[in-house]
Amino acid sequence: MKENLYKYILGIADNSLILGQRLGELTGHGPSLETDIACTNLSLDLLGQVRSYYQYAAKILGNGKTEDDIAMLRLEHEYLNVLLVEQPNTDFAYSMGRQFLFDVYHFLFLNELQKSTDITLSAIAIKSIKEVSYHQRFSSDWIKRLGDGTEESHQKMQTAIDDLWTYTDELFHQTEADIAMVTEGVGVDVTKLKDTYYKKVAEVLEEATLKIPESKYFQKGGKHGIHTEHMGYLLADLQYMQRTYPNMEW
Amino acid sequence: MVTEKQHIDQILIPILEQVSDPEIPVLSIMDMGVVRSAVIQNNVVKVQITPTYSGCPAMDVIGDDIKAALKKAGYHSEIELILAPAWTTDWITPKGRKALEEYGIAAPLSPEADKEALLGNKKIVACPQCGSTNTRLVSQFGSTACKAQFQCEDCQEPFDYFKCLK
Repeated sequence: MKENLYKYILGIADNSLILGQRLGELTGHGPSLETDIACTNLSLDLLGQVRSYYQYAAKILGNGKTEDDIAMLRLEHEYLNVLLVEQPNTDFAYSMGRQFLFDVYHFLFLNELQKSTDITLSAIAIKSIKEVSYHQRFSSDWIKRLGDGTEESHQKMQTAIDDLWTYTDELFHQTEADIAMVTEGVGVDVTKLKDTYYKKVAEVLEEATLKIPESKYFQKGGKHGIHTEHMGYLLADLQYMQRTYPNMEW
Repeated sequence: MVTEKQHIDQILIPILEQVSDPEIPVLSIMDMGVVRSAVIQNNVVKVQITPTYSGCPAMDVIGDDIKAALKKAGYHSEIELILAPAWTTDWITPKGRKALEEYGIAAPLSPEADKEALLGNKKIVACPQCGSTNTRLVSQFGSTACKAQFQCEDCQEPFDYFKCLK
């Protein structure tokens, strides 16, 4: 089994799975009908992409496990998503902050993944980037609306950005599997995306009249399966049905 | 697997034209451009379909409907979902665009016009009911992921606009 390729795919797909789960939590709880629908549409896009990745991963495993097993039945330390996406929906500013900080990265990442020598990953990237470019515009617009909004919205948006900032650096870390895949021309060297990322983020924050956080302390661990306390609760929700009623079908 | 051009066996076309989009009953999947190939090989019809949006939940239903339609016509079939080349609104046929408009859904504009309509607040999307372009964007997300919600400020009717995907 191509262990590195499998891990590499999980590293990509788990981000979208966990972010999709967080967005799904907003169903019926969005601040307005329009944003409620928008967030769940974003979630649907991400989960669609996740299915393509996990189907490919299942094929690589080749041991009968399906996309559903991969999505629902792993243990916490087996999920390789970055810490940013598992942060909770504290309020709408946090939801949009998390989305924006991930979307800028996601777009840059997919832009490179399109060139992968792996035709499946390349195809998924070419398809996904059309959707993710909409996501990025949506979340950027909300950062500007909330940042350059009322005094209250500005305060909440700044607080969210300040809190989430510590999770941004991890996006540019490479695991062993990442490095192996980059060498084979399959993977994206994310270290090369860092400067462009922070530049783009700064542009939007500035337009939103928000301050760029000064803190230089960054959290990490997600990519190695070491998650924040939130992950346990998130997985309890995600996995509850499959674990309570094994092999259940709708 | 990449299938650049559509390749559909002549004899299968009338059968596949009967399969409609689950969301939009007046629209055939052939007019949506989601069927990329359908060929008879050793008495089995091999069909390749491609999703409009990654998370499109209609694809499973469309796959089942294709199988059922082919079975009714006496064929066993295998459906494969392919991702490349990526679906684009360019693949909606003129007949499909007309069907959308008649059903009350505004057909997608060119990529530049789409951007101006959705992001630049330009009034260029025409109301499928009365034809006026005095329309406003209500939300970038409509009843499904592929559509945006608009309202006509002349006849007051709300309507969906099929977003350009290119």
